[in-house]
Amino acid sequence: MITVTELTKKYARHTAVDHISFEVSRGQIVGFLGPNGAGKTTTMRVLTCFLPPTSGRATVAGFDVLEQPLEAKKRIGYLPETPPLYPEMRTDEYLAFVGKLKGLSGAELTKRIDYVFERCAIADVKSKLLGKLSKGYRQRVGLAQTIIHNPEVLILDEPTAGLDPKQINDTRDLIKSLAGDHTIILSTHILPEVEQTCQQVIIINKGKLVATDSVNNLQNRARGAESLLVEVAGRNGDLDSATVKGRLERISGVTRVSFKDQRQNRSTFEVESRKDSFVRGDLARAVVESGWDLNELRPTAMSLEEIFLQLTGEAAQAPPKEEAVPAGASR
Amino acid sequence: MRNVWTIFRKEIRSYFVSPVAYLLLTMFALIFGFFFWNALGYFVFVGMESQMRGQSFPMNVNEELIRPLLSNISVVGLFLIPMITMRLFAEEKRTGTIELLATSPIRDIEVILGKWLAAVTLYAGILLLTAVNFAFLFKYGNPDWKQLAIGYLGLLLQAGALLAIGTFISTLTKNQIIAGGATFGVCLLLWVLEWVSGYETSTWARVLSYMSVITHFESFSKGLLASKDAIFYVTVIFFGLFLTARSMESLRWRS
Repeated sequence: MITVTELTKKYARHTAVDHISFEVSRGQIVGFLGPNGAGKTTTMRVLTCFLPPTSGRATVAGFDVLEQPLEAKKRIGYLPETPPLYPEMRTDEYLAFVGKLKGLSGAELTKRIDYVFERCAIADVKSKLLGKLSKGYRQRVGLAQTIIHNPEVLILDEPTAGLDPKQINDTRDLIKSLAGDHTIILSTHILPEVEQTCQQVIIINKGKLVATDSVNNLQNRARGAESLLVEVAGRNGDLDSATVKGRLERISGVTRVSFKDQRQNRSTFEVESRKDSFVRGDLARAVVESGWDLNELRPTAMSLEEIFLQLTGEAAQAPPKEEAVPAGASR
Repeated sequence: MRNVWTIFRKEIRSYFVSPVAYLLLTMFALIFGFFFWNALGYFVFVGMESQMRGQSFPMNVNEELIRPLLSNISVVGLFLIPMITMRLFAEEKRTGTIELLATSPIRDIEVILGKWLAAVTLYAGILLLTAVNFAFLFKYGNPDWKQLAIGYLGLLLQAGALLAIGTFISTLTKNQIIAGGATFGVCLLLWVLEWVSGYETSTWARVLSYMSVITHFESFSKGLLASKDAIFYVTVIFFGLFLTARSMESLRWRS
């Protein structure tokens, strides 16, 4: 549905997109992932025929963005980072205007407008001015605008940016529900979003393609070995972590045990094993037979976040988390 | 063509849901009302005076009343035109809606024509206000309507040319004030270029004076349909719209 070959986009001084190639097949939701300034928006603007590529080719629904832009544009619904709304228009006027721009008219236009009102749950703001809508509604009207002409491809630039958690969920559900009829590319720098909504992920960093794979494969690939989190508790009184660690290490298949934490009589360990050995049963038995309690035993899948940092090699300069070291504290 | 109509309707609507159109119409009605009252008063005064002196040379409503008034309209138009065109593209660039237009299956030229025609239509609406004043002349006098019609045609052509230039300038910036200010400057310059012909007759002066939009309005205000002047305005319109198209295209290559 979308083919990008050796796409490069240079601006006056810097190269925003550097020889990127990827393919997206029909009906998929693809997450376009990268830190801010990685070249996500530029790539999307090339795909939507807004910017011409410096070199390389891009085709959407079989039409080259440079040679047959009008045909390609008919098959694309595009939501830029800020929804392109005219504040002085009413919602229904706006959708009628966009519908006409995209080539709809008459009864078909009316039908599609009714459809998107229902689909995007915006019927209750039908005759409100766009300038007066809340952020969540603006985003939904923006989405309604992308699907009004029932395009084959949807290109969404950070569709959940700046929404509150409930709105983010609603928007994600809406996007997922659209996947059946449309091929969707959505860009984001929020990793859980990709894990939750997308089947495939394309990671770019500083204009270069870092990885492109299905979300599952990517998680597997980065994991290599299986790793388990184990919490063991002593039945009466204290628990000697070193003893437990020694016992766990003797289980066959276990490659490494690392002590993580101890609270009163409970200790947590991270146990790594070879991928194909099924150590969980042995592990549980060993703990119980030694007279301890097994409080917790769960696989620790590597989150996309870790994969992402690993792939982009930016672990050192990762943005600080909200609850990170308070300002002024020093190590 | 259908797309031009879609854009045209959207632009006309946005002129009339914002205060822009009402402000321009009101301002113009007031200013022109004053001009009209003033010119009529002077016309009547001169008429009475010549009668009292007993030398009743014939006075022509077209020559001595309508013609200076048409020139007044064309000058007031210079001030209104920046206000009509400044938001056309600057606003779309500022709010990001230009991305919607640029990624829709319509041609740049259709967007440009739709916007320019909307601007011309608003100006024509403003001109229509003056018809109310002129209607009184037809009630109490007997002016030649053909001369007046040619005058109106000239005003429309002149405004069309300046509006095309204003549309072009509006594509150059995100800031409406800058677009308006620059358009005003260019309009003013195209007006005053004509002054050099008052004392200079060199080739340069003639070229400069030829470039002035006012020079070419002379014949229209006299009620003459001179093809060379009409061609001048049409050329400027094409040139302005052509520049707009190039500028829109370059947005894509630069941005």
